[in-house]
Amino acid sequence: MADELQNNSRRDALKTLFQGIGVLSLGGSLWGSAAIKLKASELTLRPPGALEEEDFVKACLRCGTCVEACPYDTLKLATLDDHTAMGTPFFEARLVPCYMCPDVPCVPVCPSGALDVKVIAKQVDGHNTDEPDIRRAKMGIAVVDQETCLAYWGIQCDVCYRACPLMDEAITLEYKRNERTGKHAFLEPVVHADICTGCGLCEHACVTEKAAIFVLPREIATGKVGEHYIKGWDKADEERLINIKKAKTKESAPEDVLNDWEHLLDDE
Amino acid sequence: MSINRRDFVKTTAVAAAATAVGMTIPKSLLASAPGIPEGGWRWDKSVCRFCGTGCGIMLATKDGKIVAVKGDPAAPVNRGLNCIKGYFNAKIMYGADRLKQPLMRLDANGNFSKNGKFKPVSWKVAYDEMEKQMRRSLDELGPTGIAVFGSGQYTVQEGYAMAKLMKAGFRSNNLDPNARHCMASAVVGFIQTFGIDEPAGCYDDIELTDTVVTWGANMAEMHPILWSRVTDRKLSDPDRVKIINLSTYTNRCSDLADIEIIFKPHTDLAIWNYIAREIVYNNPESMDQDFIDKYMQFATGFVDTGYGMRKPDHNGFTDLERQTVKKEVSKKISKEEAVTLGYLGYKEGDTLEMKHRASANGHWAITFEEFKKGLEPYTLNFVAGLAKGDHEEDLASFRVKLKLLASLYMEQNRKVVSFWTMGMNQHTRGVWVNEQAYMVHFLLGKQAKPGNGAFSLTGQPSACGTAREVGTFSHRLPADMVVANPKHREVSEKLWKLPAGTLNPKVGTHIMKIFRDLEDEKIKFAWVNVCNPFMGTANANHWLKTARKMDNFIVVSDSYPGVSAKVADLVLPVAMIYEKWGAYGNAERRTQHWKQQVVPVGNAMPDLWQYIEISKRFKLKDVWGAKDIPGLEGGLPDVLGKAREMGYDPEDTLYDVLFANEDAKSYAWPDPIGEGFSNTEAAGDGRKIIGTNDEEWEGYGFFIHKYLWEEYRTFGEGKAHDYADFDTYHKVRGLKWPVVDGKETQWRFNSKYDPYARKEDTGEFAFYGKALKSILQGDLKGPIPSKGKKDLTNRAKIFFRPYMDPPEMPDAAFPLWLCTGRVLEHWHSGTMTMRVPELYRAVPEALCYMHPDDASEYNVAQGDLIWIDSRRGKVKAHVETRGRNRMPKGMIYVPWFDEKVLINKVCLDATDPQSKQTDFKKCTVKIYKA
Repeated sequence: MADELQNNSRRDALKTLFQGIGVLSLGGSLWGSAAIKLKASELTLRPPGALEEEDFVKACLRCGTCVEACPYDTLKLATLDDHTAMGTPFFEARLVPCYMCPDVPCVPVCPSGALDVKVIAKQVDGHNTDEPDIRRAKMGIAVVDQETCLAYWGIQCDVCYRACPLMDEAITLEYKRNERTGKHAFLEPVVHADICTGCGLCEHACVTEKAAIFVLPREIATGKVGEHYIKGWDKADEERLINIKKAKTKESAPEDVLNDWEHLLDDE
Repeated sequence: MSINRRDFVKTTAVAAAATAVGMTIPKSLLASAPGIPEGGWRWDKSVCRFCGTGCGIMLATKDGKIVAVKGDPAAPVNRGLNCIKGYFNAKIMYGADRLKQPLMRLDANGNFSKNGKFKPVSWKVAYDEMEKQMRRSLDELGPTGIAVFGSGQYTVQEGYAMAKLMKAGFRSNNLDPNARHCMASAVVGFIQTFGIDEPAGCYDDIELTDTVVTWGANMAEMHPILWSRVTDRKLSDPDRVKIINLSTYTNRCSDLADIEIIFKPHTDLAIWNYIAREIVYNNPESMDQDFIDKYMQFATGFVDTGYGMRKPDHNGFTDLERQTVKKEVSKKISKEEAVTLGYLGYKEGDTLEMKHRASANGHWAITFEEFKKGLEPYTLNFVAGLAKGDHEEDLASFRVKLKLLASLYMEQNRKVVSFWTMGMNQHTRGVWVNEQAYMVHFLLGKQAKPGNGAFSLTGQPSACGTAREVGTFSHRLPADMVVANPKHREVSEKLWKLPAGTLNPKVGTHIMKIFRDLEDEKIKFAWVNVCNPFMGTANANHWLKTARKMDNFIVVSDSYPGVSAKVADLVLPVAMIYEKWGAYGNAERRTQHWKQQVVPVGNAMPDLWQYIEISKRFKLKDVWGAKDIPGLEGGLPDVLGKAREMGYDPEDTLYDVLFANEDAKSYAWPDPIGEGFSNTEAAGDGRKIIGTNDEEWEGYGFFIHKYLWEEYRTFGEGKAHDYADFDTYHKVRGLKWPVVDGKETQWRFNSKYDPYARKEDTGEFAFYGKALKSILQGDLKGPIPSKGKKDLTNRAKIFFRPYMDPPEMPDAAFPLWLCTGRVLEHWHSGTMTMRVPELYRAVPEALCYMHPDDASEYNVAQGDLIWIDSRRGKVKAHVETRGRNRMPKGMIYVPWFDEKVLINKVCLDATDPQSKQTDFKKCTVKIYKA
């Protein structure tokens, strides 16, 4: 029953989202209200170290080993009602978030590689090791609905900020003057997508009736910019060039274009 | 009272006054007056139930229930905002397990039994047993055999009624508030320094200052609305305004701070002296010499004063406990103390005998040269080496920060406010460190001026308004008077219309000693009012066992079944804040009143009613005859003869004399100010409660709250503690006392703002507080009686106080410091906030914050359940190496709101020997996997 309610509330949240009512903040940038058609399974939050959704669903044996390894009962196996591939592991942050165990017990036990340590491999000097690093998990991204977030009203809340296991990294506070009162400040939580693991401790802790901060799968919560433009103000952005493929061009003969002129003249 | 046009104009007038001192006018108040909603609900002003900030709120009631809350846009403190606890004020009253009926431990036959189970009883049965048990204690032990645990969460009227009942009625000074744990060190600091309690400045200092220094004050979590004002001030001029956070661990204030200084526990004493040394030795031109000459006196006091513990030969101690407690009588001088107590001739390894435990408050005047000599050892190198608290920081960087801190204080034309709360108050040298704050501000002439001042914040909503101003302490009377002073007793006896000699001159037991005396069976009846002391007091194992195993009767008046109720014998259900009339006083001296919004739930009744009902059961002949008082030669006199001369009859009850006298009855109910509102005490209410006499409760028939307020305020009138009349407070958003000619006072002791200072005609300032203004003279080593006394009228004191080690420090067996405190989401012991589902969900349990290196060193990991084990007790908690509090290596933090992690079992009940306030911020523990 509770699970069902939870699913409903998640769906409701998304419905609201796509109606474009709220302005959503994500790392300080605005999140558009593109009407993407979603399959229910695309809204599912997977354990840390999961392969891309399609590969994950194919690889997962539905054995439940990860679920058994989770010390917080965060993970559960999908049933028919859960709107995702039956028997696959997932979690609902509002009910039980991922507590980001440093040893990530759910991942190494996976017999199929659907959960793969390599996905969250601890890096030393830029090289992957065999150890998992929960900070590299990308289960989803927390998104703030500024319309219902109390901190954006000026209430001194920031429960999500303090609940965040990567406080001051994944969620920081942005200070703004409150001109309405003339002497207080807004302390607004802002999620940093590059750090946020999607553990959902923020969503779980949020004190509003329906969480004003909630975790969405990364694919759904993020946009993507083209490769051709690099931020002139951010040296690190050049890293995007490293893996750039040779620009594919489609060639056509210019004379063909030139010869296609007759439509410029109006019909008499 | 809803906001109508006229009230609105009045409140904007207050805002305009604020503007005159340089604050911006909020947009919301420039807009037109808010409309009055017409939907069957009523909005009325009230105050937040929680901390000492004193935010104004508006409550919507509908069909006899609080249905919504909003920040009061007209409230000067918060202007319509709240923190997340305030946001949930509407929900605190309707928790599932709200106490609604008196509950008593009964045996199978329905009689009281210490070993019985809690069963519902009528108010009459409850009061019959309570009276019987009080009489048993009074007969066996006299007035000192009973005690009341009071509170900084009492309304003013409740605290005043209980003080009157205990002190004038039962002639017992055994009334002490949980505020003792909260700001007693601040109080002694104020009284010794200024001769009068409470801050000189007000919250407007935040908007007017250039520098905010937090010393052991995590304002970001504990005073969130004030912190948002600090943040706004920083944003208004980010280059000019500097924020410095001094703490023993990284807390949320560091996020905004320009400089974070992590120091070793207790070394704040050394850091203040370093700043003073920088001023006096290296930058004497920064001193405000004229201010010092005209308004100051240098002073110092004893150091061999112990740590407020019992002596080690007490049979209640285990051998492990004695390892620490033995320092109460003597200690070895450490390497650091050899430097800082060198002026007394001590060397490392010497024994310091605690000879002045009983006269810890003693202090005397010294010269500036002596004062300067005392500061000599606090060089940058010495203090940096002693005080650096984070192993990851290098000494050079720490030195730079200390230097910067001192230079910000000294900078000419830079305004500085120092804020502190529990870090400096819950400290075995808490009075000293409070006085050191004034020392630095006084040397620089940066005190009692707009934007300049050392400012002690309080934790509880009425720690100032009730505990301090009313004087619900074992040594106090209203308006800063004390029981030990015959003139003060005389004044109080006159105002209370008591026969001369009624009041007990012997100081009663402070809160820590109430527990100790219960354990020693010197007190056998205790009544808990508006607090949860069995959860909130250090070394809790002793007291929990005492309540259940020793010969005593514990009554707990509470709204929810907390730890204290669980170990009680009788539990009385109380009305909560918005179910009664009341008043609170916040940390900036602002008094705010509210009306009863709704009728209490079930059979719950207001605390005030509970106190007054017991007064009906005792007659003058029971209490005003001759009484033995341990330690008081001759005991208390029989005053019944004089009472007769005053027209009293020995058969009169305490109710007749103290609460239902002719004065009281002159305050009629109904009263126009209460039109449309309930008054359960005055007139009963629709529930038709069956009262303590088995009859339907129909009310006292007069306006008891108004009477008590009007009588109470006569104590302070003309004595710099003036309040406005009752009705005025129901029309304004609070007023900062002293309220003279209808005007509040923003900065005390400053002639420009404070009429009392002006009256003294001593120029720009007058530190007119009356207490302790005639003191002996001497040198750093001690008073020299032959020099005679010095009169300090209109002067304040600059104390020299040295660094000393705390009584318990990490060693091989207990290698970690333990610091305890609160979290933003929960209030105190969590009896209210843990019952708000949203707040419970946000922070469902108390975690043990620690440095990741400590976790690996002690072989525990993030999320592990561990034991936290001290010489006194142990509790289990989960490890948190991330999160809100980032600990330096060697120190853990555990908040105390969670009954399941009863951390006070672990804490040491050492106190400041002067203030008797417990040091909850430092004791030592070991940790291991559970």
